[in-house]
Amino acid sequence: MLLRSCIAVVSAFALSAVAAQAETITIATVNNGDMIRMQKLTDDFTAKNPGIELEWVTLEENVLRQRVTTDIATKGGQYDVMTIGTYEVPIWGKQGWLVSLDDLGADYDIDDLLPAIRGGLTIDGSLYAAPFYGESSMVMYRTDLIEKAGLEMPDAPTWEFIADAARKMTDKDNEVYGICLRGKAGWGENMAFLTATSNSFGAKWFDMDWRPQFDQAPWKETLSFYIDLMNDAGPPGASSNGFNENLSLFQSGKCGMWIDATVAASFVTNPDDSSVADKVGFALAPDTGLGKRGNWLWAWSLAIPAGTQKAEAAKKFVAWATSKEYLALVASKEGWANVPPGTRTSLYENPEYAKVPFAKMTLDSINAADPTQPTVDPVPYVGVQFVAIPEFQGLGTAVGQQFSAALAGTVTVDQALQNAQQLTEREMRKGGYLK
Amino acid sequence: MATAHSRMTARLMISPAVIMLLGWMIVPLSMTLYFSFLRYNLLMPGMEEWIGFTNYEYFLTDPAFFEALGNTLALVGGVLAITVIGGVGLALLLDQPFFGQGVVRILVIAPFFVMPTVSALVWKNMFFHPVNGLFAHAAKGMGMQPFDFLAHAPLLSIILIVAWQWLPFATLILLTAMQSLDSEQQEAAEMDGAGPLSRFIYIVMPHLARAITVVILIQTIFLLSIFAEILVTTNGGPGYASTNIAYLVYAQSLLQFDVGGGSAGGIVAVVLANIVAIFLMRMIGKSLEP
Amino acid sequence: MAREASPSRKIVTTAVAWAIGLAIFFPVLWTILTSFKTEAEAIASPPSFLLFDWTLENYAEVQERSNYLRHFWNSVVISIGSTLLGLVVGVPAAWAMAFAPSKNTKGVLMWMLSTKMLPPVGVLVPIYLLFRDGGLLDTRIGLVMVLLLVNLPIIIWMLYTYFKEIPADILEAARMDGAMLRAEILYVLTPMALPGIASTMLLNVILAWNEAFWTLNLTAAKAAPLTAFIASYSSPEGLFYAKLSAASTMAIAPILVLGWFSQKQLVRGLTFGAVK
Repeated sequence: MLLRSCIAVVSAFALSAVAAQAETITIATVNNGDMIRMQKLTDDFTAKNPGIELEWVTLEENVLRQRVTTDIATKGGQYDVMTIGTYEVPIWGKQGWLVSLDDLGADYDIDDLLPAIRGGLTIDGSLYAAPFYGESSMVMYRTDLIEKAGLEMPDAPTWEFIADAARKMTDKDNEVYGICLRGKAGWGENMAFLTATSNSFGAKWFDMDWRPQFDQAPWKETLSFYIDLMNDAGPPGASSNGFNENLSLFQSGKCGMWIDATVAASFVTNPDDSSVADKVGFALAPDTGLGKRGNWLWAWSLAIPAGTQKAEAAKKFVAWATSKEYLALVASKEGWANVPPGTRTSLYENPEYAKVPFAKMTLDSINAADPTQPTVDPVPYVGVQFVAIPEFQGLGTAVGQQFSAALAGTVTVDQALQNAQQLTEREMRKGGYLK
Repeated sequence: MATAHSRMTARLMISPAVIMLLGWMIVPLSMTLYFSFLRYNLLMPGMEEWIGFTNYEYFLTDPAFFEALGNTLALVGGVLAITVIGGVGLALLLDQPFFGQGVVRILVIAPFFVMPTVSALVWKNMFFHPVNGLFAHAAKGMGMQPFDFLAHAPLLSIILIVAWQWLPFATLILLTAMQSLDSEQQEAAEMDGAGPLSRFIYIVMPHLARAITVVILIQTIFLLSIFAEILVTTNGGPGYASTNIAYLVYAQSLLQFDVGGGSAGGIVAVVLANIVAIFLMRMIGKSLEP
Repeated sequence: MAREASPSRKIVTTAVAWAIGLAIFFPVLWTILTSFKTEAEAIASPPSFLLFDWTLENYAEVQERSNYLRHFWNSVVISIGSTLLGLVVGVPAAWAMAFAPSKNTKGVLMWMLSTKMLPPVGVLVPIYLLFRDGGLLDTRIGLVMVLLLVNLPIIIWMLYTYFKEIPADILEAARMDGAMLRAEILYVLTPMALPGIASTMLLNVILAWNEAFWTLNLTAAKAAPLTAFIASYSSPEGLFYAKLSAASTMAIAPILVLGWFSQKQLVRGLTFGAVK
């Protein structure tokens, strides 16, 4: 026993001595499919970059966000590469918390990044995070069910059409629900969907004086439309469904339509996981004719915190993971459909990738979103499905709670909006936006 | 009996523990107290300024605060009720002779060893889920509409999950107490013609009273700061239907990164917990006197 | 046995007890079963209980994605380390409180317990800052310290109630014989106190193993225990019930086995002074 623990101690020291020679960078990332794939392809990076070891911290999105934000704000220095989104980048970049990524090497071809995505990650002309995958949202629908309902999906449907189709496709006895939408409370869950949707109804979070707008007609229209539709044609328990829950519902054939992230397209068309892989069609997110569509824009991106001692090694990794070569590597191992989408123009010009059924619709959706002018009326903020101010995470989640409660039926639409208005006013006053 | 020397030794033996706990309490608490008077958002460094009681004002007038207070009490009370009643029942049952006693006892205590996050995940996804959960399958099998537990009875669902985790603990303590019950006394009562019910009321219950107070004390300490189960299952919703004080503090300090507001909430929670503690200790103190 | 039950009553009791025991155990069992299903079977309706194609692919997948052994080893070091240190500090304190009580003893004990009522979320930022300055972030020693402090009140309370039950006359007798304090502790009291110490240890290993707030928030890669391991399976995209079940099984199995093997010891000391 004693001998064995002695050996364990000695070998632990020996191991740490070996590790000390290599430079180890710690990467915090979210447990989405594309990131897990990246983690599995690590060998390619370490083969090309001897002397750099990778240490992965893979966490569920909310836990990850809480961990990395605490760490970067307190300068804890536990991570060398962080996976963050378009919401964090403008706020963090402005604080000087991130290392600028303008020098990722000549063959990185920074101009190849999609302009809409790159714009969201750039502050004062410098790139502060490299996009790993970009997404918008779009309609995914069951071609067989819409045919059965006697309808034909246009490429750019209106909300009116979607509502009608959803009600016609619903067959509750056979557990087929016309439409699956997010209902789980959270600024990145139901509020991502509802804020983007509200843009297409002409609503906005704040007017130019930062006054909350939940007491205005467009929000009431948005929320009533959503709740009526979900009550008539949504699955049971919708108020606790987020992206993942809806994905498994759709994959198991229980949803007629699903409006959600474009990255979901590769999951629902993958025959290994999806029972409806060969029956899925795609369309742009709906509108109401006001000039804005209800789709969002998001990019999970890799950023390097300013305090790290290992910025050079971290840059090598970021460049590798977001390069054209990485896309080709994934394509060679897992096929083009599984390549992380939505970051590079060259990918969409690739004839191989054009054969992927959702490629064009993804690109069109991304191009249809404009984070700098998200709403019908002018607003003082950037962000399509979020407001890029530090208070928004808490605020969005609190409002999301109210809307989730309205969906569960525990409060009425009017009450929910009134509560949302009140709590947003409180926060804005506390934050000093409103006098 | 105790000499000055031995009292000295005793003090020396206690002091490391007291000093450590004092440090653990005072250092973070005073930092928290200080932060609670600042406008301090982690995401806006360099903007810290002294704002007096504003954070407290906002926390205490938050519409969620009173609901969270009520939920906290309901959560603690609900779990205590289930575990104490269920624990007494189980202890009575497991105290009877039957085949496979050891194995059943192992089955009953198993939930206590499961990580809270794991049990919340398992209950949420594999039991409560209205489409894929086992309860939904059962309801459909009987021709009923599946009930959406986490949306329509969020607090009750959380109480069930937490009670499931703590039932074994209560059972173990109560069973140990039950086994120390004098069987001769039981038999004598039986001879005198006392029925099972009156035996339970007049002999078993008084004997278990101490064990029950201990169960209540220990569990309350853990239950007041229940948080992981809520985060995993309902995120405090829908609305504030399952937000307790600990979750409210979490939302302030780790969702909004409003360290000032969160600290004020933390101090309020400490004050509330201490009120409960004083109350409990009165109760315990009395029943633990020899 | 004094109370001999009639055979028919025993059979009824057996049936009821087994039914209830299985019902309480069922969620754990179901998790273990699901971990051997494919993802599609895991959500199949109606669910199959035993008649499915048993597969190990979920375990392979989990093993491929995470370094289970490292998380496991961190959990072991942290929970056992904090418990042992807790005993080193707690045994003398509880000892002194039980055998040389002063009028403050009860108050001190209650105060110790009340430190457990601090909501951890409220003090995360201060602790995080302290850990950063002390270089303790993502270290096992840092976690051992925190868990030691978190569980110390329970350790002292449990030991105190157990020691109090050791009859004082034995102590007196030993003193009469002129035994020194050290000998007193070594030969007379330690054997009597051992069951209490053993069950205190077990309970605290369990509590430390399952602690999910500090262990998750103060670690990154190197010191992350099994609680962090689970956080990467909690809601991945796509179907995840089977993989989640496999990860859950791997996270709870060690402590479940330990708990089962030691349940007798656990029960003996888990009285918290409730048994006279």
